[in-house]
Amino acid sequence: MRALARLVARADGRGGTALVELHGETPLLLRQTPTDGGVATVHLVGGAAGPLAGDDLRLEIEVGPGAAVRVHSVAASIALPGRAGAVSRMAVRAVVHADATLHWLPEQLVAAAGCAHLAESRIELAAGASLLWRDELICGRYGEAPGGAVVHTQVDYAGRPLLRQSLAVGPHAPGWAGPAVLGGAPATGSLLVVDPSQAAEPPMADGSVARLPLAGGPATLWTATAPDAHTLRAHLSV
Amino acid sequence: MATPSLLLLLADGRFPAGAHAHSGGLEAAVAAGRVTDLTSLEAFLAGRLATAGLVGAAFAAAAHRVAMPETVGSAHPARSARPSDAPVGSPARSGALARLDAELDARTAAPALRAVSRRQGRALLRAGRSIWSDAPFADLPATPGGAHQPLVLGLLCAAAGLSRVETATIAAYGTLTGAASAGVRLLGLDPYQVQALLVGLADACDGTAADAARAADDPPERLPAAAAPLADIHAEIHATWEVRLFAS
Repeated sequence: MRALARLVARADGRGGTALVELHGETPLLLRQTPTDGGVATVHLVGGAAGPLAGDDLRLEIEVGPGAAVRVHSVAASIALPGRAGAVSRMAVRAVVHADATLHWLPEQLVAAAGCAHLAESRIELAAGASLLWRDELICGRYGEAPGGAVVHTQVDYAGRPLLRQSLAVGPHAPGWAGPAVLGGAPATGSLLVVDPSQAAEPPMADGSVARLPLAGGPATLWTATAPDAHTLRAHLSV
Repeated sequence: MATPSLLLLLADGRFPAGAHAHSGGLEAAVAAGRVTDLTSLEAFLAGRLATAGLVGAAFAAAAHRVAMPETVGSAHPARSARPSDAPVGSPARSGALARLDAELDARTAAPALRAVSRRQGRALLRAGRSIWSDAPFADLPATPGGAHQPLVLGLLCAAAGLSRVETATIAAYGTLTGAASAGVRLLGLDPYQVQALLVGLADACDGTAADAARAADDPPERLPAAAAPLADIHAEIHATWEVRLFAS
């Protein structure tokens, strides 16, 4: 399946945010949900199981100057095997202008046995933009070893590289479950907080979670591993 | 023209760049109870090679490419390739190295790991400057703390006449051997068995270096960015210890 979805938000001039474009295709459907305090809220609704290997899903988000958008999803997405040799792909491309805010807080990605999935996010932030960007990966359904999954995140702030990370799990990622990468934890994820109005707090870490101020902008990355999705979410909530 | 001896010399842990003071994150992984024996050390080394090893080797290869622009497009330049004779202070070269430095920062989320990479870069630069005084080290960005170690390594290997893939091999190999010898000291493992582990990882190391050398042809934003959550977490925990055997 191929699908392209697009969300464009603009400040409405009265302190709120208008969604001037909101367009999806099965299985990538977008629904506006009740808004709070000037923030437009959108839910991603999976219109089919998957993604299945072979699916190519793209989502484009643009948040205009001064606008604020929050994106959730109604359920975890489960990457599943499909045609032999095929890869499923979910590409998100977001542009956030000055004084605009994007909160990307979807449910988990579950890498099921035999999947071959690439989740690829590219985010461009103008100087003065704010962002919350959460990625959570569950390696296999209960008691199951995952197929191949790569979660790639590329973020620029004011034209400068802010974050590049590519987490690979599964049979083609040597040592991914070992003590240098996930240490056997079936759940892992990160929350990127970009907030130009706040000074970054110093680094902090305990056994399986760390707060990491980044070098390329007013940003902090929370990174965590966990025994389950619930614990992971607790680590990655603001 | 590089000789096999120069390759060995630069890959040698005794080269005065301070590598022996670092465990590559192993000390914290041992303290967390995540590495306890040969089997878990092997898994640690494999994961480290595929993440920090690949990224470091790709950036060393990319810096080598900046220093030797005539080898662009070839991961296996002829032995006769010589470092660029662009004058020291080349704006194109310093711009390219500054871009690589920022891209590597963006791949190093943990401040403790950024500091370690820059500290190791400074140590390597001291050695490099006194040996290859005409190499274009002045084009490295004047970042507080010094340039990242892979960038310095790339310039130094180019000055020594090593190829891009040899440069990547030294970088990948260094991420393995530092942690492996730390494993012998931290866990009291049998050094023969640890060497056998390294022999078993040699093919993976060569493969990583070849991948890294190829990747260096890509634009900087597309260079490998393999992440390891526990490496970041371990590094920040380790940085808070008052007493430790290794600097990282």
